[in-house]
Amino acid sequence: MKKTPLYQVHQDLGGKIIEFGGWALPVQYSGVLDEHHTVRNAAGLFDVSHMGEITVKGPEAGKYIQRIITNDISRINNNQVIYTPMCYPDGGVVDDLLIYKFNNENYLLVVNAANTEKDYQWFRSNLQEEAVIENISDKVAQIAIQGPKAGNVLQKLTRINLADISFYGFLDKIELAGIKALVSRTGYTGEDGFEIYLSPVDAPVLWLKLLSAGEKEGLKPAGLGARDTLRFEAALPLYGQEISEDISPLEARLGIFVKLDKEEFIGKEALKKQKEQSPERKLAGFEMLDRGIPRHDYRVRFNGKDIGYVTTGSYSPTLNKNIGLALLESEHVQVDKTIEIIIREKPLKARIIELPFYKKRYKK
Amino acid sequence: MRTPEGLKYTKEHEWVRMEEDLVYIGITDYAQDSLGDIVFIELPAEGDVLASGQTMGVVESVKAASDIYMPLSGKVKKVNNALLDNPESVNENPYDSWMIAIEPTDASELEALLNQDEYKKLCAKED
Repeated sequence: MKKTPLYQVHQDLGGKIIEFGGWALPVQYSGVLDEHHTVRNAAGLFDVSHMGEITVKGPEAGKYIQRIITNDISRINNNQVIYTPMCYPDGGVVDDLLIYKFNNENYLLVVNAANTEKDYQWFRSNLQEEAVIENISDKVAQIAIQGPKAGNVLQKLTRINLADISFYGFLDKIELAGIKALVSRTGYTGEDGFEIYLSPVDAPVLWLKLLSAGEKEGLKPAGLGARDTLRFEAALPLYGQEISEDISPLEARLGIFVKLDKEEFIGKEALKKQKEQSPERKLAGFEMLDRGIPRHDYRVRFNGKDIGYVTTGSYSPTLNKNIGLALLESEHVQVDKTIEIIIREKPLKARIIELPFYKKRYKK
Repeated sequence: MRTPEGLKYTKEHEWVRMEEDLVYIGITDYAQDSLGDIVFIELPAEGDVLASGQTMGVVESVKAASDIYMPLSGKVKKVNNALLDNPESVNENPYDSWMIAIEPTDASELEALLNQDEYKKLCAKED
């Protein structure tokens, strides 16, 4: 199992370590529910050093990225971040990622931990332009501070005015308690917050400084468990569940990140065709009417007929309900429609509802 | 981790308490701690007859569902339905949060269960 630079800190602070995609990471500290509420009401600190970081540099770096991703990189300026899927020629998703633009010839790509090697090979095998691709994951640690109090806490450690970093903006080489870092106003919880990229050797020091700086605000360390329930309530997709090589971004309702009006990109033809014919499957949100918690891969039925499966399901700590996301035959995706989730061989009633379950509270 | 004296235990982390003619069944402190926050419980109905080793219910944490197994065969006489609305009480007081009480078919099955020492050793090994 790979260890992040914060592994020892997690052990010392009582994090419960599990294996996740080959990494040893804390699933929880004080408990998933407590950490979840803490992020919604105050702030939580996450070790996300397992994420992959890949740089693309060179005169044609932008042109190359534009051909690989479905979103439109020309829409962002320097010091801005863009979220995008990238697809196979058939429209299935290779991964979803964040792209940080330093300038026209220099980009940082942040990919899902478990996909890092696959993505790196994909990037290299599709390179035709004049650009250099490097996997720098081992040289980068990442800490996320998320929640309505995240800005107040982080501000204590820097002279930069964090209000100058707008949603999906970033600043590089700023000092946090004397430690050089890249800071972006991004996250995976549906709350305001920041993601901090820094050198692995500095990560333990910054982690502890953040925790003590945030004591009054109620900042707590949080684990993968809360990270998942938080992103799920905000209906943010998770690779391998809402999107995968078998699920297109259009099916996953990520159409706003697929710019079919831009120049050629990998997957464009397939996605264009899918959009014209409208996808056969679509992601839907639902809440349980009967008693039961939906889980990943449970089947969904309507009138006794199988119409799809649950991509993510859980108890929702914020809504105090059992809810789920399901990939269903499109014709059945109608708000208020009653469907059945098969839980331990019993069909239990659920109702399709609007997404997201939890309205995101970003500071724009 | 608490492992009270006077109870019997199973390898699947259920506890069993004999009280008059009934056997009360719940899950152990070790079980609740490994599950994390419990948010859902499903229990059998009164009158159900279940064999030792059969699934008698389900506890679900935020992350996952786990079966609860019958430590011994018997007929369900009482169901603690109050737990259904307060599943967190299993986290808070696992040994007060009995789930069902059964009338055992064969009381000698109790002998086959683990005692306090044996169960403590099992938990230490799993950690």
